[in-house]
Amino acid sequence: MSRHGTYNFAFLDEGSKREIRRATLKAIAIPGYQVPFASREMPIARGWGTGGLQLTLSLIGPDDTLKVIDQGTDESVNAVNIKALIRSTTGVTTSDDTAEATLIQSRHRIPDKPLRPDQILILQVPIPEPLRFVEPREEVTRRLHAERDYTGAYVLLFEQIMRHGDVTTGADPPVEVHDRYVMAPSPIPRIDNPKMDHGDALILLGAGREKKIYAVPPHTRVTSLAFDDHPFRSEDVDGRTCALCGAEGVFMDEIQDAQHGGTTFRCNDTSECLARMNARARAS
Amino acid sequence: MTTTLPVLTVDDLSKRYGSGCAACRDHAETALQGNTCRHCGTVHALSGVSFEVHPGEVLGIVGESGSGKSTILNCLYFDEEPTSGHAYLAAYERGAADLWTASGERRRWIRNHLLGKVYQNPMLGLNMDFSSVANIAEKMIAANDRHVGRMEARARVLLEHTRIPTHRMKTSPRQFSGGMQQRVQIAKALSNEPPILLLDEVTTGLDLSVQARVLDLIKQIRRDVGVAMILVSHDLAVIRMLADRTIVMRDGRQVEAGLTDQIMEDPQHPYTQELVYSLL
Ligand SMILES: Nc1ncnc2c1ncn2[C@@H]1O[C@H](COP(=O)(O)OP(=O)(O)OP(=O)(O)O)[C@@H](O)[C@H]1O
Ligand SMILES: [Mg+2]
Ligand SMILES: [Zn+2]
Repeated sequence: MSRHGTYNFAFLDEGSKREIRRATLKAIAIPGYQVPFASREMPIARGWGTGGLQLTLSLIGPDDTLKVIDQGTDESVNAVNIKALIRSTTGVTTSDDTAEATLIQSRHRIPDKPLRPDQILILQVPIPEPLRFVEPREEVTRRLHAERDYTGAYVLLFEQIMRHGDVTTGADPPVEVHDRYVMAPSPIPRIDNPKMDHGDALILLGAGREKKIYAVPPHTRVTSLAFDDHPFRSEDVDGRTCALCGAEGVFMDEIQDAQHGGTTFRCNDTSECLARMNARARAS
Repeated sequence: MTTTLPVLTVDDLSKRYGSGCAACRDHAETALQGNTCRHCGTVHALSGVSFEVHPGEVLGIVGESGSGKSTILNCLYFDEEPTSGHAYLAAYERGAADLWTASGERRRWIRNHLLGKVYQNPMLGLNMDFSSVANIAEKMIAANDRHVGRMEARARVLLEHTRIPTHRMKTSPRQFSGGMQQRVQIAKALSNEPPILLLDEVTTGLDLSVQARVLDLIKQIRRDVGVAMILVSHDLAVIRMLADRTIVMRDGRQVEAGLTDQIMEDPQHPYTQELVYSLL
């Protein structure tokens, strides 16, 4: 029994952690390839990030500083619960500051502040298979990956262009990793896709329900799927200014102003927003 | 003298479902009932089928249900693995390499660049969750086209050609009639200008008037595009209308082959005679 009550350090038993680490190493060795692993039952509901949580628990050490973000915010119920669980079973420090964290578990966002080589980003993935919508059978999608047949992913893009004229909407736009495997980057906004390309930090992706781990190692080429005459484009953030910190060019949430009837914008990455507000307050 | 290579050569194609036993492998004549072994239950869907298709020619394959017609096309389109046999396309390695020994990646290339298929069941040939234009583009994307404008323009031409109103190109084939679905399949099959089309019962299950229009379309494609075709049908009337030469299949075997006119006028095999007389 450890000093953290009846649980082993970081909740999982050492055998489970080793198995997850082995799958993680394989995922790093084959960038973008989905490695199956024996996903455990977790004391949070499936679909709320059990894949990401298991990655975090298998990697975390007593000296780590943990940050957990849910759609850009550190304070959602989900983020708070995950932090509480990890803190109580490890005793590690948590922080909202991206720069302070060594491990960052995230749902639906990559932080706006560029990550460093000593940091690891863990993304929670609901549907890891980018071809699932066009091919429901796992044995077939496996073969398509093996043969590098990504026709289906392009047909999906083509269909979006036919329906909407362009593809600037919809999260989870698939990326090709290291010119080989196409993967789902998890439902991040399109503006986050380029952050995966030649980044300094290791990015791990975990899908608990689908029992898959995959990875983008540092300094790996990551390109968003596109057509020659329809190059990849992010959401249009031009002309949007954060009502709180004044930032521009970052991913924002639209806030409907009930009193005045208008629409204002706020940074989606709340900890970066707060940091900018603090800096402004110090400067004035 | 110039000799033109056949567009397609199929040599001694056999397809078994089951492992077979000594009885049905060595004494097929006595061991098989229909196409199925009395002893081990193995289905001999195709037994030693050989034929050639020449440039611009329409080869008809006729025979009753279960005679192996679809299996021939499925093997050629790599949907099924033949048990034995060889196939050569003039457009692939100048007809010198057996298609059925090609790697998975090469097979995909052959299928996407050199073949077009219309499935008996449109659900197998089309994705009903996508628009018709995306269904046609799929074949071009599979052949590595990455230009939306070009593919859309090509699909538009093909839809006009197959007489589907282009204002419906963004509609899913799910919402189309059976005849229109077959025409979308034909447009898709033609998209990469393959040297040969594989047509499996294109008109089966359609109303007579719709059938006639699809058959007219096939005639027109043959005239305008000059692409070779294998036309599979259990309906001899369809074969008579379109095929230059015909193979008659029964229980996985070719029982007769020759010019369609000759077969119609002077059928040799009793089974063919039965088929022809039933038409009169
Ligand atoms: N997966 C399978 N397993 C066992 N037998 C099969 C399988 N697929 C086809 N067969 C058999 O192979 C034979 C040939 O079938 P095929 O579909 O080629 O016939 P067909 O001539 O196209 O008939 P139809 O006119 O009904 O379309 C049939 O006896 C069929 O039952
Ligand atoms: Mg058939
Ligand atoms: Zn047998």
